[in-house]
Amino acid sequence: MRMPIAITLNGERREVRAASVAELLAEIGLDTRKVAVELNEEIVPRSTYAAQALTGGDQLEIVHFIGGG
Amino acid sequence: MEDSWEVAGRRFSSRLIVGTGRYKSLEETAASIEASGAEIVTVAVRRVNIADPNAPMLQDFVPPTKYTYLPNTAGCHTAKDAVRTLRLAREAGGWNLVKLEVLGPPPFLYPDMAGTFEAAAALIADNFEVMVYCADDPVAAKRLEEMGCVAIMPLGGPIGSGLGVANPYMIRAIKQQAKVPVLVDAGIGTASDAAFAMELGCDAVLLNSALAHAQDPVGMAVAMKHAVIAGRAAYLAGRMPRNYEANPSSPTSGLIGRAG
Repeated sequence: MRMPIAITLNGERREVRAASVAELLAEIGLDTRKVAVELNEEIVPRSTYAAQALTGGDQLEIVHFIGGG
Repeated sequence: MEDSWEVAGRRFSSRLIVGTGRYKSLEETAASIEASGAEIVTVAVRRVNIADPNAPMLQDFVPPTKYTYLPNTAGCHTAKDAVRTLRLAREAGGWNLVKLEVLGPPPFLYPDMAGTFEAAAALIADNFEVMVYCADDPVAAKRLEEMGCVAIMPLGGPIGSGLGVANPYMIRAIKQQAKVPVLVDAGIGTASDAAFAMELGCDAVLLNSALAHAQDPVGMAVAMKHAVIAGRAAYLAGRMPRNYEANPSSPTSGLIGRAG
């Protein structure tokens, strides 16, 4: 773990210690099989979660499926 | 031979597609969808609740192993948002078959066709198979088909309105000229609306609020299942011509109390 960085996660500013997308999902406690991640408006493929580094100011969207018509 | 239909190389027996939104609970969602007999369900893509990562998820109640998930772009008012949303959906589940809708402003949420064309072009270029929600406009519908959309889905009425099929003549016209499946999407309020859409020749019907906002969603799901089957059967059987004068079914000869 490193010093916290400030990112924007789902529209809200948040301090995180995670150094990668994989660490961030673990820090939040999300099941990676049921979500998708966008970093600075680009899709992050699931296979690259561990390799994808996070830096201060990153904009992340983490989504899943909910009921809809 | 069993009646079935095909979209983007996938074959289905049920001609009813249902949404998964606006139910009282995930349990009610699951029970209603089961009762409807639907094989395809639409789903929305939204931000996860970071504060509650263990909240129950739709997939636990409506398993994608059992139903074909059709991710939608509900709530998107620009082509950019719609394309981003479906790219996320593809990453979340690996599905190329999607429902595109780009909506105009409230209170009608009428399809924004300029945005719809823009998003459809971007998605098709990115190897999506696009089922497209659109205006009941035969020219726009044909253009979407020529672009490569795999199904044309004109609205019957405004989303969530339950007003039924407002413009049956144009729905019929769109179906008659189409080489890809045509579905009525939005506006269906009750079983007769769904049967009517099928009698117009549509390949399938897509609805959500008609079940979720019924007094008894599971009961209405059963009604819709039968309505779609009945409407399809009536379309295939070919209805009788409309007459503007009475034409009795019983013989007019042999009536009692008359001179022979």
